[in-house]
Amino acid sequence: MQIYLPIAGISLDIFLLFGLGGLVGLLSGIFGVGGGFLLTPLLFLVGVPPAVAVATSANQIMASSVSAVLNHFRRRTVDIRMGLVLQAGGLVGAMLGMLVFNSLKSLGQIDLLINLSYIALLGSVGVLMFAEALTALRRAHRDEAPPARRRDRNWVHTWPLKRRFRASGLYISVIPPVLVGIVIGVLSAIMGIGGGFILVPAMIYILHMPTKVVIGTSLFQIILVSGATALMHAISNHTVDVVLATVLLVGGVTGAQIGTTLGARLKAEQLRFLLAALVLAVCLKLSFDLVLAPSEPFSLGAPA
Amino acid sequence: MRLVALFLAFWTLALPAAAQDIIADLSQSRVAITASFSGSEILVFGAVRHEPGAAPYDPANPELDVIVTVSGPLEPVTVRKKARKAGIWINAEALEIDAAPALYKVASSLALEDILGAEEDLRHHISIPHAIREIGEVGEVGDADAFTEALIRIRTEAGLYEEMPYDVQLKEQTLFRANFELPSNLVEGVYTVRIFLTKDKQIVSDYTRVLNVRKVGIERWIYNLAQDHALVYGILSLAIAIAAGWGASAAFRYARGS
Repeated sequence: MQIYLPIAGISLDIFLLFGLGGLVGLLSGIFGVGGGFLLTPLLFLVGVPPAVAVATSANQIMASSVSAVLNHFRRRTVDIRMGLVLQAGGLVGAMLGMLVFNSLKSLGQIDLLINLSYIALLGSVGVLMFAEALTALRRAHRDEAPPARRRDRNWVHTWPLKRRFRASGLYISVIPPVLVGIVIGVLSAIMGIGGGFILVPAMIYILHMPTKVVIGTSLFQIILVSGATALMHAISNHTVDVVLATVLLVGGVTGAQIGTTLGARLKAEQLRFLLAALVLAVCLKLSFDLVLAPSEPFSLGAPA
Repeated sequence: MRLVALFLAFWTLALPAAAQDIIADLSQSRVAITASFSGSEILVFGAVRHEPGAAPYDPANPELDVIVTVSGPLEPVTVRKKARKAGIWINAEALEIDAAPALYKVASSLALEDILGAEEDLRHHISIPHAIREIGEVGEVGDADAFTEALIRIRTEAGLYEEMPYDVQLKEQTLFRANFELPSNLVEGVYTVRIFLTKDKQIVSDYTRVLNVRKVGIERWIYNLAQDHALVYGILSLAIAIAAGWGASAAFRYARGS
């Protein structure tokens, strides 16, 4: 059954869109990532214009994150205080990112910048997580007790403005989370994503938050950042397609619900391993696209 | 009296130039894009009016042919070409084309080049390459033709440009019809349908009709809201997102009975 999307200006099969939304929602629920880094390229693939895909994804990601985070609230796996600190940084970062985005757009190489930042980020994050998850899995397999984690006092602990983050069991400076928030905000404005796939490892490896609160907190943070991004796109570019978003989110929220239930049953090591594999797969795909000779070297675009 | 005589003299003088005339219509004068829009079809039909005294129809020697074009609104387009630099493929050269139709289909009763002279084609912008107009000098590229060809190739693959030889049915040099399929990704605007009557590769008569393509109903309302009240629209779409997220969460909780 075809449905016409008024802003995108095309018609697509409604069940295909349900499916896309469901798949991305599932990942969102399992991993605590918004899924924007998958949804946006998938929408390009089915023919949605890139500008509309980016803006509408942001809107859809927010919906599935709201759906998923409510489950985490109920299980008390959201560090609200940490989330608010990250969101404050995220808003500042998103505004900075918009400035960078607009100045680079006038140079005409924004696509390349987006691709390269995806590859660099996904590659480094993916390799890091993969290595870590692999050792963790091997350890679990040999049935060894994990080495007692020393409370290494790094810069996260020595900076001023320390606050207690009860849900995470941390007593650290607020400066690192704010900085992480700013970086995520900049990236999400430039790359049109929620930033969960960077935020999750950042919380684990930089802030040393326990894995069980990481996903809920990440989702909580994504809600505000993706909401702000969607609103900015709607106001400045008129590219949020509400019909597309609604169809996607009906699939997405359902997927997110199934995902959170599924995620609670999987072990933390397995989760990290799967997420790392996913991140690396997307990274490889993007790298191949840049390196291999394109079958059609020409592309059409609206004049600058 | 003398004036009338003069007028009549002109009339009779002018007559041989227009020995044939076209009368035509479209199956619909507007295309409404609704929520379930998945493309449309448009039938162009008509007749050739032969002036009295014209040679009768001779099946052994048909001399008239018909060309029908459907053209979407003209828009500027930037064509970019990727090139390998430092091992990766990036957009290098760009050419801005001043006006290319968003959709262009040209149907003819025989192969286009057999019934239309090159000069006539150039003057009336009939074949696809000539329908794309005025290549500017904004981008400085070595081979501008390759960029125009790429535009045509990409749009042809997307079903937006099409050459349809032998797709105009012409009966007894008088009645003609042509059927056009319009894809679902139609751009809104005024479309032009042109009909050309040719004889010995020269155009002897032409006729133009317009076709309005508009979004209607809820599609129109959403589009206008997004354009004219962006803030309201943005907040509305966020509200829908939040409500749907919350609703699904509540529904699943209810379904699990907790």
